[in-house]
Amino acid sequence: MNSPAPNPETKGTFVTDAALKRLKKRHAAETRFKFYGQFAIAIAVLALIALLVSIISQASSAFQRNMLVFDITLNAEDVAPNGTDDPDAIARNVSGFNLLLQDSLRDQFLPEDADASETRQLFGLFTRLAVLPVAKKTAAHVDMVGTQQTVSVALADDIDLYLKGGVTERKSIDLGQVASARGAIGDGIYVSLAPGTDTSALAEAIGGFQEQSLDDSAPTTLIGIGNTWYSVTGFSSNEIALAYLAGARVAPDPSQGIRALVLAQAEANRTVSDRQIAWTMLLKDEGRIRKAFNSTLFTNADSTYPELAGTAAAIVGSLLTMLVTALLAIPVGIFAAVYLEEFAPKNRMTDLIEVNINNLAAVPSIVFGLLGAAVFINFFGMPRSVPLVGGLVLGLLVLPTVIIASRAALKSVPPSIRTAALGVGASKTQSVFHHVLPLAAPGILTGSIIGMARALGETAPLLLIGMVAFVAEVPDGPTDESTVLPVLIYKWSTGAERAWEPQTAAAIIVLLVFLVLMNLIAIILRRRFERRW
Amino acid sequence: MDGNVEDFVETARNKQALNMAEMTKVDCRHIDVFYDEKQAIYDISMEIQDRAVTAFIGPSGCGKSTFLRCINRMNDTIESASVKGQIIMDGADINDPSIDPVLLRSRVGMVFQKPNPFPKSIYDNIAYGPRIHGLAAGKSELDEIVESSLRKAGLWEEVKDRLAAPGTSLSGGQQQRLCIARAIAVSPEVILMDEPCSALDPIATARIEELIDELRERYCIVIVTHSMQQAARVSQRTAFFHLGKLVEYGDTERIFTNPEDSRTQDYITGRFG
Ligand SMILES: Nc1ncnc2c1ncn2[C@@H]1O[C@H](COP(=O)(O)OP(=O)(O)O)[C@@H](O)[C@H]1O
Ligand SMILES: [Mg+2]
Repeated sequence: MNSPAPNPETKGTFVTDAALKRLKKRHAAETRFKFYGQFAIAIAVLALIALLVSIISQASSAFQRNMLVFDITLNAEDVAPNGTDDPDAIARNVSGFNLLLQDSLRDQFLPEDADASETRQLFGLFTRLAVLPVAKKTAAHVDMVGTQQTVSVALADDIDLYLKGGVTERKSIDLGQVASARGAIGDGIYVSLAPGTDTSALAEAIGGFQEQSLDDSAPTTLIGIGNTWYSVTGFSSNEIALAYLAGARVAPDPSQGIRALVLAQAEANRTVSDRQIAWTMLLKDEGRIRKAFNSTLFTNADSTYPELAGTAAAIVGSLLTMLVTALLAIPVGIFAAVYLEEFAPKNRMTDLIEVNINNLAAVPSIVFGLLGAAVFINFFGMPRSVPLVGGLVLGLLVLPTVIIASRAALKSVPPSIRTAALGVGASKTQSVFHHVLPLAAPGILTGSIIGMARALGETAPLLLIGMVAFVAEVPDGPTDESTVLPVLIYKWSTGAERAWEPQTAAAIIVLLVFLVLMNLIAIILRRRFERRW
Repeated sequence: MDGNVEDFVETARNKQALNMAEMTKVDCRHIDVFYDEKQAIYDISMEIQDRAVTAFIGPSGCGKSTFLRCINRMNDTIESASVKGQIIMDGADINDPSIDPVLLRSRVGMVFQKPNPFPKSIYDNIAYGPRIHGLAAGKSELDEIVESSLRKAGLWEEVKDRLAAPGTSLSGGQQQRLCIARAIAVSPEVILMDEPCSALDPIATARIEELIDELRERYCIVIVTHSMQQAARVSQRTAFFHLGKLVEYGDTERIFTNPEDSRTQDYITGRFG
């Protein structure tokens, strides 16, 4: 594009200095403009990348979940109340399964006389409802009752988060071997390290965390020796004073390996206690904590526990809502556009309608929510929180978009096609439906799908018609209580527990996948139609 | 619809039998055309002969296309246009509200300035008209219509092996002949052509002119043209328009050799236009 600047030495008579100057200015303007364009695109691309990276890095932990594995006999008296073999009764017997698994943990980790707080902490490793899939599976295969089975339950969200590196910063430090130990589990243990052990890493970790601490609380140091975990009660010049925390109740032997786990935060400042961390470490050493793909995210409906919450209900709700939206907005939008573009006389009235449609497209979506609440729910008495009403509201919301896009597509069909059809004696309607509409179809389709994509991401109007309700069941039809993906994202993002954060990001990814799929469909359909010229 | 077309075929046969070569096909009486308030055609009356080519010539914007569009009521599709006066064709006033413009257009075909084939296959381009008018009883009959129309338009040999190819894939001249074939396919009596060669190169133009000359034996043809030579080559009758008025109308030979009006003289000799 840029012709080389003429050489002033060899310039002909027609290349004056003034012309050269103008040329230079023009080239400069061109270069500048190109730079602006590239700069703008770079900003857009960077923003997109930043968005994707932050969402994906947050969500990645939500797609994997830590499960606690039990090898356990499903005793009939525990899981099948009163010897029933009714699958429904077994599936409903959540507390029976829960007790069975809790007991198994208690037998392993707590003495008979453990106090209530300790027991509560242990049982806090997983939530009551986490056994639901196990109960359902057993109900589906009743012959599992009474046999030894390997079952796994989702760890509580805090524990899961801890295992994924959340909750508190930490450092694991190898301290070599125990040189000598004295004391008893009950009253305190004192161990000394092998001479020459380098403890500088430990001191550094503790010092570093102490410095970071906002409230001057001391970091926690846990010590693991064999299958026993202790908390540190004090350091003396050559000994470490330890208090038993969890695991085997045996005093350390000399030459056993010893390791330290320094946690940045004091116990009072975290959602996971020292003991729970110790048990988690022990279970991990046993190989009973496994990472699994978090299928819950897609199979479960919403839940108050993040580890059990899934998007299934919202996905189905969104699909049902989109269905209603599409059934309303696309046919009505296309016919309105065809009428306005092809048949309506061009007069004041149609101008007025056109202006109003354009204005309607710019009306804030929340206003449509108010309209929906007033008209569909209060006036027509439709139920709240259902995809039917949501779909109708979103249908009205995207109707102007579909009309405008369809009109643009119809306008772009060359008038010569219309006159050609009329010229061979086609009626107006025939010329539109046989020739104009098929040619406009790709554009109409693209516009409609873009409108639908907008509806898919819409939250505000749905809040107003009550689609923010807590829905624990996958809806069966458009008149069932339901929620949709963007509302679910909004709700999860306001959840108090830290574990909602990755969960929210995961739901965002599900929504984005849906949007990408819709755009893909748009592209495929467009290609399909365009191949017919 | 069928009835109408058969009627026409009947009339056509009768005319042939009576050997009525010099017969008026379209009789226009006192035509005024307005675009909103603005008058584009002032009281034009003319008789257009059957089985002859009538050329409309005149400077740009003098109303040739507007007048041509009156003959198949294409002006109806222009919202601002209104037509006054009578156009008698086969004993009926086509401007009468009882005449359906859609039926009229199946009997008065039109070819436009820019070739405008449908973005469909060559076959479907031709078959569309017969299909919507129900002219063919079955597939084989439709095939026949397509073939004969393409033959009459002199395009058959070039496209017979690729009837399924898109009409838009043809060259400009071929596209225009396709449009002529499409117009012929609904067996019209009159074919209107609005500068059919202005978008074509000289060789394609020559082919279309040859074609027009052949078609003259069967149809009443009206052609608007910018080219005086073309008018002289293909037409038997010529009408000269100026500022919305019909200045002179007569045998082409006379108009070109011995125009009565000085404006015609000036235009033909290239003094304005
Ligand atoms: N659709 C239209 N709306 C308004 N005025 C038109 C329209 N078409 C043509 N005219 C006007 O009518 C006059 C005749 O135009 P036209 O018939 O196209 O002339 P020609 O074909 O001889 O060049 C011109 O002054 C033109 O501006
Ligand atoms: Mg014209």
